[in-house]
Amino acid sequence: MLRIDDITYVYEQGTAMAVNALDHISVDIPDGQFIGLVGHTGSGKSTFVQMLNGLLKPTTGHVYWDDQDIHADGYNKKELRSRVGLVFQYPEHQLFETDVLTDVMFGPKNLGLSDAECEKRAKEALRQTFLPEEFWKASPFDLSGGQQRRAAIAGVLAMHPQILILDEPTAGLDPKGRDEILDMVRDMKRSLNMTIVLVSHSMDDVAEYADRILVMNAGKIMMDDTPERVFARYRELEGIGLAAPQVMYIMQYLKECGLDVNTTALTVEQAAAEILKHRRELNV
Amino acid sequence: MIKTEQLVHDYEVRDDEGNVSGTVRAVDGVSLDVQPGEFIAVLGHNGSGKSTLAKHLNALLYPTEGAVWVDGMKTDDDLKLWTIRQEAGMIFQNPDNQIIGQVVEEDVGFGPENLGVPTAEIWERVEEALKTVGMWEFRKKSPNRLSGGQKQRVSIAGVIAMHPKCIIMDEPTAMLDPGGRHEVIRAARALNDVEKITIILITHHMEEAIYADHIFVMDEGKIALQGTPREVFAHVEEMQQLHLDVPKVTLLAHELRKSGIPLPEGILTKEELAQALGLSGVSDAQDR
Amino acid sequence: MFDGVTIGQYYQTDSVLHRLDPRVKLIGTFVYIISLFIVNTWIGYLAAAVFVAVLITLSHVPFGFIMRGMKPILLILLITVVFNLFLTPGTTLVSFWKLTITYEGLDFATKMAVRLIFLIIGSSLMTLTTTPNQLTDALESVMGPLKKLHVPVHEISMMMSIALRFIPILMEETDKIMKAQIARGADFESKNLMKKIRSLVPLLVPLFVSAFRRANDLAMAMEARCYKGGEGRTKMKPLVYRTGDYTAYGVLAAYAAVCVVLRAAGI
Repeated sequence: MLRIDDITYVYEQGTAMAVNALDHISVDIPDGQFIGLVGHTGSGKSTFVQMLNGLLKPTTGHVYWDDQDIHADGYNKKELRSRVGLVFQYPEHQLFETDVLTDVMFGPKNLGLSDAECEKRAKEALRQTFLPEEFWKASPFDLSGGQQRRAAIAGVLAMHPQILILDEPTAGLDPKGRDEILDMVRDMKRSLNMTIVLVSHSMDDVAEYADRILVMNAGKIMMDDTPERVFARYRELEGIGLAAPQVMYIMQYLKECGLDVNTTALTVEQAAAEILKHRRELNV
Repeated sequence: MIKTEQLVHDYEVRDDEGNVSGTVRAVDGVSLDVQPGEFIAVLGHNGSGKSTLAKHLNALLYPTEGAVWVDGMKTDDDLKLWTIRQEAGMIFQNPDNQIIGQVVEEDVGFGPENLGVPTAEIWERVEEALKTVGMWEFRKKSPNRLSGGQKQRVSIAGVIAMHPKCIIMDEPTAMLDPGGRHEVIRAARALNDVEKITIILITHHMEEAIYADHIFVMDEGKIALQGTPREVFAHVEEMQQLHLDVPKVTLLAHELRKSGIPLPEGILTKEELAQALGLSGVSDAQDR
Repeated sequence: MFDGVTIGQYYQTDSVLHRLDPRVKLIGTFVYIISLFIVNTWIGYLAAAVFVAVLITLSHVPFGFIMRGMKPILLILLITVVFNLFLTPGTTLVSFWKLTITYEGLDFATKMAVRLIFLIIGSSLMTLTTTPNQLTDALESVMGPLKKLHVPVHEISMMMSIALRFIPILMEETDKIMKAQIARGADFESKNLMKKIRSLVPLLVPLFVSAFRRANDLAMAMEARCYKGGEGRTKMKPLVYRTGDYTAYGVLAAYAAVCVVLRAAGI
């Protein structure tokens, strides 16, 4: 488990341009959760996730992985980065090898594993991301955008992380690509018992997939709760440039119009079920 | 304003030696007719041919078969090339890769400079264009210091300064956050409403299409569905098969209808849903 | 990675020098650099020092900021000085172990150092007071006569200005790709040279791919906005000389004359 203890991060420290990107953040990330991380552009989300695998060092405060300070002298950061996998935004921009399989093997190779083991892991990872075998020997640059992204995610999966952090994994994809990636992440979480941190702009996506939501604003964690309770505070979310899932607004409106329904539904399925239940109760 | 007739576009596929080894048909027999002042949305998933279609509309690509007319000019007429590109402006997906100037105002001036507009008039056009998209106070800024939405608005200003009759936007919001998306779509709608510029918006975000006068849905290079937003979104199942979304409220109405509640198809707003459910107090709620 | 490098940077403020036509500054810098090689006496350097000191005062750029630009060339400066100091033959001044410093060596080395320092100060003063854009405009205009020799002057300056626009974007991209590869266990800090070169492949390949994609996009965007080369283009910000610029040319000519006279008179 990952424990973030009172971290602060200041950009361009010591200059007039110093910016407090993170402001005294403490969070626990226990095993097996699906966490949605939301926030306005510039709220500190990207800086925060780079703290989780030691890419950035906090100005003050500590990050602990299994109770060990990851910035202590002699701590093996490479090992940590295989445990805490980070998939950046537009990860397909990092593909570089001549074929997909070799590219996915890059991570395991850096861990010093044998070629056979690297290949085994790479193939496993490509299967987990549902990239058909016919593409494994193709140049990554010949794949479609959605396929490239899956290959890039496989590149991180092959390192066998226990926590997988995905920064806007659906950016630029069409609805089909988006659903495929998010369903894949959910399946992976279930079958591999991973912890997922999903950074997203889409409240609808987070509402549908996450079981815990962190809301960031101005370098602080403003909310840390279940989706229902976070979205119940939608007025505050709107105040920081976010919103509740669209379904909530529909249900809210119907209630205002006199339909006596529970307005906590976050997805279309939940909303439909709620309206039908209400109708049955009234025997319409 | 824009007309295509049986437009076909084939891409050449080259093998490792660079020889043409075959062709891929990206656009396959598309015929459409866009009237001046219309707001058109073209929906379709990635690879459906919508970007290829867009590039035909200001002569960045030429038809393999069929023809395209912009304001009565055929796009494969070399003499009309620059008039076509001036009249049909284009906005691309990546906000960074279409800004040429190092200062906002200089970027907006780039198009008029190319057209040979006199210096004094360039300044007038730049001011007018930047004010139209609400970026006037950023005129001295470096584009690198702007948000994605602001960069796209600068790009739009750059096109407006060329005084186009029509603007084709090729997924202008695909790389933006929700705030940026909203900014860009608002700017596009204002141009259409106020300046009466014909807008052709290519997107895969259906919520950007609900205000369009007409929607074309593309699939495999063909037009799979078309009509007003209400007509198009009434086909919930077809849209899902084409891997596209419909508005959440439309989907909710569709689900309820499947469960036996008598609701019409093509509900686009929560107000329409409330009304269709026979709820009273609609007007009260709207006042809030 | 590029912290503290002030050469080529623009310092935002308002001053007489900032407002000067960039062509004056470009030609002025050129004349100034030549003048440093014309004069060869201490009096001559004093003249150059006075000239540049006046300009620094006029520029409103803090002296410390200009001097920071020296940092990257300190090593070159040191090597030049040491070589000249020990390797110039002449009258021995001091001699220890196998090294001799001659009177001529000392004279030559110090003059060389002064020349280099003045040169850097002069040219950074130009870039500090001129935006990269004005500079490319000035280059296009000053090199204008070369068009007759079929030198693609407009294209060169357009390329320069696009390059300047994309440098910050590509730097940011480099940082992002580097971090992404580190997250996959890549090691960019290896001391072994061969390993270091190999470790750059995962960085350079994506960077080139991205640069080409951007170039492609940009070319298309420029075409869509009717760019067809320099022919028939008008300028939003044409360069126009004003009274101040002519005065500046006058001052520059006077300075150049002083340098030539000093050299001729051997003072």
